Parts: sequence; C-alpha cells; structure tokens
Amino acid sequence: MSIGSPSNVTQAATREIAGPLLELTDVKTHFRTARGLVRAVDGVSFTLERGKALGIVGESGSGKTILSRSIMGLLPTKGTERHGSIKFAGAEIGNKTRKQMRGIWGKEMAMIFQDPMTSLNPLMKIGDQIAEPLKIHLGMSKDDAMATARRLLQDVRIPEPDRRLQQYPHEMSGGMRQRVMIAIAMACGPTALFADEPTTALDVTVQAQILDVIAEQRRDRNMSLVLVTHDLGVVAGHTDEIAVMYGGKLVEKAPTRRLFAAMKMPYTEGLLASIPKLEQVSHTRLNVIPGRPPDLVNPPKGCRFAPRCPYVSHKCLEEEPPLTVTPDDPAHSYACWYPVGSPEYHEAKARIATSAEAN
Amino acid sequence: MAGTGKAHLRQEGDVLLRVEDLMVEFPVGRTGLKVNAVSGISFDVLRGETLGLVGESGCGKSTTGRAIMQLRRPEGGSVSFEGNELTTMSLDNMREARTRMQMIFQDPISSLNPRRKVRDIVMEPLTIWKRGTNEERSEKVDALLAEVGIDPARAAESQPHQFSGGQCQRISIARSLVLDPTLIICDEPVSALDVSVQAQVLNLLEDLKAKHGLTLIFIAHDLAVVKNISDRIAVMYLGKICEVAPSDALYVEPAHHYTKVLLDSIPVPDPDAALHKVTIEGEPPSPVLPPPGCRFNPRCPAADDRCRSEEPQLREINTGHFVACHHPLVGGDAPVTVRTTVL
Repeated sequence: MSIGSPSNVTQAATREIAGPLLELTDVKTHFRTARGLVRAVDGVSFTLERGKALGIVGESGSGKTILSRSIMGLLPTKGTERHGSIKFAGAEIGNKTRKQMRGIWGKEMAMIFQDPMTSLNPLMKIGDQIAEPLKIHLGMSKDDAMATARRLLQDVRIPEPDRRLQQYPHEMSGGMRQRVMIAIAMACGPTALFADEPTTALDVTVQAQILDVIAEQRRDRNMSLVLVTHDLGVVAGHTDEIAVMYGGKLVEKAPTRRLFAAMKMPYTEGLLASIPKLEQVSHTRLNVIPGRPPDLVNPPKGCRFAPRCPYVSHKCLEEEPPLTVTPDDPAHSYACWYPVGSPEYHEAKARIATSAEAN
Repeated sequence: MAGTGKAHLRQEGDVLLRVEDLMVEFPVGRTGLKVNAVSGISFDVLRGETLGLVGESGCGKSTTGRAIMQLRRPEGGSVSFEGNELTTMSLDNMREARTRMQMIFQDPISSLNPRRKVRDIVMEPLTIWKRGTNEERSEKVDALLAEVGIDPARAAESQPHQFSGGQCQRISIARSLVLDPTLIICDEPVSALDVSVQAQVLNLLEDLKAKHGLTLIFIAHDLAVVKNISDRIAVMYLGKICEVAPSDALYVEPAHHYTKVLLDSIPVPDPDAALHKVTIEGEPPSPVLPPPGCRFNPRCPAADDRCRSEEPQLREINTGHFVACHHPLVGGDAPVTVRTTVL
C-alpha cells in the first residue's frame, strides 16, 4: 500500500505478524431441527492471508452465509452444534461465547449485510450510529467520535456529510444506507470485513459504486475481505481468491484469475454458464443447472452435486470425492472425480452432445 | 433522457398494446408538490413480441407496468389494449380485460396467499370466472402446474412457504397463465432469485411464451437479463424514455450515455474485463423537482447548455433504433429545433 499517515504505518506494521489471518480446520455447523440434523456447513477447511479478499460463492442453501456467520460467531446458540477450529490472527475463536466475541466484533471483524434498511436502527440518527462503536471500542469523546463519523462518511463518498449525520435511515436511499453500513464497519479499523451479499438488493449502477467503495477501503486500510455472494460476476473483479460452496462443503477454491481460466468443478462451470451474458444475442438459451440444492438433512451419498451434474458417472454416486490440489497450481483445489478437462469429462460431454442431436 | 416524442411508435404490424403520453403523478403529503413518476412516455408492443423496460429504482418502470393494468389510474395519456382504451374503461369491463393481461411480481412468496394450498391459488381465477366444469378446471390447473415444473399432487397439499423462491415464482407464473391471457407484465420476476434459478425461470418464460403465444413486457434493472429475453428494449430514466432499440443493437451500439452506464455497470464474470468498466457517480435526482431539459443532464458526461434547457425528443438514428439525446454516442447531434421545451 502507499505510504500513509503515521497511524497507518503502525497499523500496517502490527498486521505483519506471521501466519494467516484466518485458519479454518474441518469447521462443521449443524442445526438440530424437528426434521433431523441439518448439516449446513459440513467440514470446511481453508486459510485466508492478511490483506487478501476472498469470495465465497454458491446458491441459496449452499452454506455460504452460515459459514461466514460461523466465523463471526453470529449463530443462534440454541440447537446449534459447532465443531472444528476457527483461528483468527492465531487465536482460537470457534469456541468463544457471544459475550467474548463482543470485544472482537467491530474492532477486529466488521460486517455488512444484504439489507441495509433492517441492519440500521430506524430510531437513531446516522451520526450517532457511526459514533457508537467509536465511543465504546476506542473510548473516544462525543465530539471526537462525531468528527470521525463525519470523516468516515466522506471516505465512503457520501455528499453533504454534515446534513447526513443528522438524518435517520428512512431519509436515505438503499445505496446511501449501504454506504453508512460500510462507514460503521470501518469505524474501528477492523482487520477483516465480512460482506454478506452487500449489493444484492441494489441497482446495478449502485452495486458498481458500492463494490468500488469496499475495494477502496480495503486498499487504504490493508484489510482482509470475505465477500459472500451468489453472483460470480460480483466476485470476479473484487477478490483475490474464490471459494465455491455446494451442499455445505467447499467444492473448489482457487485464485480468482486461475478459477475463471481453468475451473475444475462442473458446478462452478454450471454457475458461470447460467449468467446471461451481454455479448450473447438475445433469446440465447441459458444453460441451467437442473434441479435444486440437496437436502442437508439427508445429503446424497457420494458427491453432493452428483444428482444435478451433467457429467455424472457411477463412482460419483457412490464415493465422495476429496478436496484435491491441482498438480500445476498448489493454490487451486477441487472436489470432483472427473473434473472439467479430464478425459472422462470430455467423453461425457461428447455423449450429451450426441444425445442432444439425436433428439 | 428525458425524452418525449412518438417517432418510435409503429404504424404497421399487429399492435397489441399502445401507450401514449402516459403520465403518473403521486402527491407529496399536503405540500402541493408531486412525484413525477412517469412523465409522458409512449411505446407500443406487437403481438408476440417481448418488450424490455429497463432502468434504475425510481425510474418509473414498475409504475408504468401498474398504470397499464390500471391498478392505479394514470393522471394522463392513453393505454390501448387490443384496440380498447383502458383509461376510460368502466371497472367491470376493466376486470374482464385483466383476464387477458396478467402480472407477475418480484417477490414470489409475498404475492401468494400464505394460508392457502398452492393448487387452490392457481385454481382461483377459474373459479371466480366460472370457467369450465370442476373436472376441466382440475385438469387445466394440473397441466399448467406440471408445465411450470411443480408436482400437482404436492401443490394440492402444500402452502407457499413449503416451496423455494424459484418454485413460488413458477407457481405465480402458472396462476398468471390459467385464464389464457395474451399479455403478461413481468415486474422484476427474477431479481430476487439466485443466478441458477434465474436462468431456469428465464428459460421457462421463453418456453411458455412460444407455447401459449404470449406477449411479454419484462421489467428489470439488469440489462443482461432484459437483453436475453427481449426483442426490443426501452431504457427509462426518471420517468422518461431515453432510448428504444432492438435488444442486440442496444448492446452493440448504445446511443444514450445513460444506456452506456447501465451496460458498463453490469458485473462481468471475467476478472480482466472487470477492470475496464466505467461507472457513474451519484444517484438519480428527486422526481419531485426533476432537472429541466434532459433529465439525465446532471449526471451526463456530455451535458452542455442545450441539455440543461431543451428537452431532447426521441428520433431515429438507425432502423428501429431511437434515442432522446442531443449529443448521442452514435448517430450525430440532434438538429437544433425551433422551440425550447419548458417543463
């Protein structure tokens, strides 16, 4: 990062501590329900380096939101079973209570959610909402906190910050409210920002603005980002790495460029193919992934994607594929017996093409 | 954007719906001010065509859809459907006309009655209009449910909350088709859905359109989605139409600066392409006091004095491609007109 003010330098220096920022080992989050045990997150392991941006991608019900909430410790306590280890900056946080997490939230980990209306307090002025964490975590005086709040609004490019500080959330548009959420999240200079579908409720033009603001804040603050979304288009330009989730499992993880250039999982390929592309002529038939995500009470035996996979073979239905590292890139791993590009994949693809022609 | 004018209305062809000078306003409390939600727009839809209406929140695209249905009587203009004027039609006749023009909404779960069985929800329009015998109704409903990919047996014993968002949208689509309408207005039907489910619903709409001979108006903010399903697209901004073009032409050669912004804002699933996009600062101004001249002028990179005083008219720059802009990206500047429009 560029050389900033002295406070930036010390902040960056303290973040040079060795080891990854986030280290997950076999994380499982299960919910006890009347129907049985829901295996929402079922054995996820990965590491995230300091200052990097990770995209977690998957459909509704893939476990991506529960995974990010498991890391943040934002789960209901009743009926929840948590296993595995979550290390944040070297310290185990997977077993911390909500009370213990309070010292970490805001200061170390901050978060923004999909719906900026319900995440803000409707009865509290914007300025007071931004100043609150500054007073509580950093012990700032009221005047200092307000001055900082004003600067934060400028950082997220909200025009007329003085007027906005005095407004209530209902007086602002969805895009403005999401900027306020980012300002609150940035207030105490967190090490990591968790953004769960931060732009899904917004217009495309506003979405582009919000993603740019997040990227800018990340650069300026040398902060890690975990961006949870169902849209591969959103993560493409704003992350260093992408983790694809399906049925509560991590099914592919790779550096962003590598993933788009050489994806291995048929599921990732299916997600990408289902996005309408501007360069296609209109009325182009979209490639869909048939069916729906698996029932996480009774997940299918073998590969969880097998029932929906166009290239499925016998082995996929019987044995679960392990997460395997690709031979040519140690940072790229996938869980598939016959990945995209393998001889079996080409064979299955040719078979599908022939049967389509026959029809 | 800001454009007005009717140069783009077609004289020939089987016009199913023609909207002229449509105006919808909402009063702002007791202030005497009004929200200019839709400010004199005109467009037509041919039988069997899909028209896409695209624009940001607040551009008036949903209000336009609702005004066509007369769910709110417009303050001005005319809406002609199958040759009949709807704005002056009696309520009884309007109810009957609505059997041939149906609507699908953004939130599929809240547009279905949570306390009723799904099969009954789809059946209800037939019961209300006393169409066919009980057996015929059952047969029709079951066939439609199967067609949209919902198991009729399950629909008979389940309520909407037992289905996913994508399935609820399929159910809404089945309900909209049960009275054999000619026109379906789809108001952001896939915006709340995952990309994979979105693709399924878009393909389903295309199939149903072909099979039932439907005409669609597809309202959405995502130009990539609109382009995929539409034959022709009208881009709206702050209550006005700024560009009308065949879908492919709009992408290949956007003429309006706002259309270009919309195109460039779409997140492209390609890490390299994403670095070159142009975005726009700010948000649309208030529709209570819209800017004079072209309504896009405060955010437009090409705005000059003329844009701030004279409202651009829709004019043809290529076959079937119309733009309301004094200095469009293609097609050359608009010829200077005699009169300055005062808003």
